[in-house]
Amino acid sequence: MALASDTPKGSFRLSMLIYDTRFRSITIQVVVLVLFLLALSWLLNNTVENLAAKGRTFDYGFLWQRAGYDIGQQLIPYTNDSSHGRALVVGLLNTLVLAFFGCIFATVVGVVVGVLRLSQNWLIGRLMTVYVEVFRNIPLLLWILLSYVIFSETMPSPRDFRVTDEMAAAGEEPLAQMMLFDSVAITNRGVDLPAPLLTRPLGTVEILGVPFNLSAVVFLLIVGAGLYVNSKILGRARKVQEQTGVRPKTLWQSLVVLFLPALAFLVASGFHLEYPELKGFNFVGGIPVAHSFTALLIALTLYTAAFIAEIVRAGILAISHGQSEAAFALGLRPNRTMNLIVLPQALRVIIPPLISQYLNLTKNTSLGIAVSYLDLRGTLGGITLNQTGRELECMLLMMLIYLTISLIISSAMNFYNGSVKLKER
Amino acid sequence: MSVLAKSFVRNDMLPPVVPPSTAAGPVRWVRENLFSGPLNTVLTILGALIIYWFVSASLPWWLNSVWNANSLGECRDIVTAAAGEGATGACWAMVRERWHQFLFGFYPQDLYWRPTLAFALLFVALAPILFSGVPRKAIWFSILYPLLAFWLLWGGSIWTPIVVLVGFVVLGAVYSAASTRVGVPVAAGAGVLAAVLFWLFLDAPLADALQRAIPLSIRQVTSDQFGGFLLAITIGVTAIAFSLPIGILLALGRQSDMVIVKSLSVGFIEFIRGVPLITLLFTASLLLQYFLPPNTSFDLILRVIILVTFFAAAYIAEVIRGGLAALPRGQYEAADALGLDYWQAQRQIILPQALKIAIPGIVSTFIGLFKDTTLVSFVGLADPLRGITIIVRADINWKGIYWEPYIFVGAIFFLFCFGMSRYSMYLEGKLKTDHR
Repeated sequence: MALASDTPKGSFRLSMLIYDTRFRSITIQVVVLVLFLLALSWLLNNTVENLAAKGRTFDYGFLWQRAGYDIGQQLIPYTNDSSHGRALVVGLLNTLVLAFFGCIFATVVGVVVGVLRLSQNWLIGRLMTVYVEVFRNIPLLLWILLSYVIFSETMPSPRDFRVTDEMAAAGEEPLAQMMLFDSVAITNRGVDLPAPLLTRPLGTVEILGVPFNLSAVVFLLIVGAGLYVNSKILGRARKVQEQTGVRPKTLWQSLVVLFLPALAFLVASGFHLEYPELKGFNFVGGIPVAHSFTALLIALTLYTAAFIAEIVRAGILAISHGQSEAAFALGLRPNRTMNLIVLPQALRVIIPPLISQYLNLTKNTSLGIAVSYLDLRGTLGGITLNQTGRELECMLLMMLIYLTISLIISSAMNFYNGSVKLKER
Repeated sequence: MSVLAKSFVRNDMLPPVVPPSTAAGPVRWVRENLFSGPLNTVLTILGALIIYWFVSASLPWWLNSVWNANSLGECRDIVTAAAGEGATGACWAMVRERWHQFLFGFYPQDLYWRPTLAFALLFVALAPILFSGVPRKAIWFSILYPLLAFWLLWGGSIWTPIVVLVGFVVLGAVYSAASTRVGVPVAAGAGVLAAVLFWLFLDAPLADALQRAIPLSIRQVTSDQFGGFLLAITIGVTAIAFSLPIGILLALGRQSDMVIVKSLSVGFIEFIRGVPLITLLFTASLLLQYFLPPNTSFDLILRVIILVTFFAAAYIAEVIRGGLAALPRGQYEAADALGLDYWQAQRQIILPQALKIAIPGIVSTFIGLFKDTTLVSFVGLADPLRGITIIVRADINWKGIYWEPYIFVGAIFFLFCFGMSRYSMYLEGKLKTDHR
């Protein structure tokens, strides 16, 4: 009797390429590969022909030419004399800074909303459900456009803040006033925030054309050192607890190590805030933030937070009730139960979709086009593309950069997934 | 002894006492749900304050709505006359005047019945797919619907969709003639090849000849006249319909043992998911002219639909991959043990279960896709949200209006998306077979 795995006797026939499962997969793969290569060469051939017909070449030399346009929000020095390449970097940084703050705010709002939606409180639960459903089911673009329009069309103009001599004499109030103890001014041109300044700065060092503020670097180093020493203190406390069963009090040590050196450095360098002031027709001083940034940040935060709230809610609901009951049975107090039993398990469910929301938020920053925010798409894929007319180069480079960002974020996610995965058979 | 015991035993139950008023009825409900502790009390008061602030700020605006006016200034005058100086009111007169642009874009006004009919027939075509109580024969209408909708929306000769349909008949004929002789895979390949050849070389001449012989046509509408929700629904429904099968194939490709098929699928999925949709739309409008043979240009809406379909297909593929991964290995092994081949196993055992698991993800991808159709305004199409609203806000009569158009468009999007998510919950409940 012949087993199915026995090699059939007889010579190789051509039809076996299709009907014999041992060879069929090879046939299919070869056919797919040939088709794919044919399509690829067809596309490449077309591109070469089209470029030749338009008398164009494919090169990135334009990145070193003068850009000739201004960018409102710049994190590194940039003038319209700088190159297109530098404009690209400015745009990329604008994308990243928006994504960074958006992720932080969206996480805070999303976690609060997600937890509140599970609360016993009927009113709060309903309110949060309404928030989540409204924001999830309406396009992000609407929130961006609406918040931008509200900021730029309903906010007072700078001259409404002015107090003229007659008004002061008559004791009248101006039409508009600054907020938060006269530190923040919201006008129809932008938001002016107080700027942190030092009277005795350490100066700046320029590395590869990017100036680094030495004071900021030293400050970050001090904070980092504080965190490191604090982790050592906590580690020693844990060791003592394991040996003796009594945990030494570390609160004051931690506070001193974390905050005292940083505070001392700030006082020593003369830290103060510079408030925006109305001079002439506009506010000067402080940090001006364009409405495009504010509107994008608000819209991205509220929209993504609605999704994050659902993720957090699902994550907490996914942990079976028996887990916390078992913890209580072991005599753990509620907050230890949360920290040691529920959260570690819930985080395993929450983190992967949370990171894919971060990814979505980062990609959605490209909607800045709706409010003329000059991010990567606005500089490289917008003005640079229009000025140089190099659609192919600009679009490919832009896609490549977005792809790199996405792959970095998703590889971070895979790394995390691997580290918290349940170790099974 | 026995006397004592007897005297202490009760023979009849006491009638139940009515609970105290604080532990029953609405009072109890309020205590348990709104004021069960200090934190809850604070939250309730905060929530009530938020609601009060929201209602007090917006209720007068809604109550003072104006439906009949010719401009925003006139609206404001009417509100001031009715409710006094400083009162605010919604100006729905804008919607009353411009609703047709929000719904149909620049579609010829006398032909509005065509998209409306196509939209109504869409539900007829969807019924046998969405609900189980509909006769099975109705599925034939669903299959014919795409060609019918295309003809109704764009108009032109009726022979164009009919000849396209003949292509499918050719495919079926070649397949059934060949499958008895050379086997299924070869016959299917031959059928597809014959149909493609038919569409490439015979389609246009045949349609022209038939049109000349028997002229049957309705007025043609060009793509640049499409706009508003007509455009959003056209792009959304087409991309949804095509992205599901492509997504299933991609997911199967990614799960496949064949290295080349797998790496091509992974590459495609990761590339599409890694870039924002806007860059893909710009690819459709700027780059396709480089990738196609010189001097070919085809409709922008079609290009956008193709790219949006790819975009959605990559996301669908990932969702379905999750469903496939969630199936226990035993299901695959059981299919093998029954002697089913790959496609039989997928069709009868694997995919029905995997798709059921993936329903919430698939529907939320569709909702995302429908919301993302608003992005087509960036490549020059008149979507309802930005394209049409910009046109309305640029009108001298409606300059400075912002809440009303966004609320109108947002409410319609909300209806569609919320409806889809409720349908997915209904479907999940209907298909649930476990006993948890």
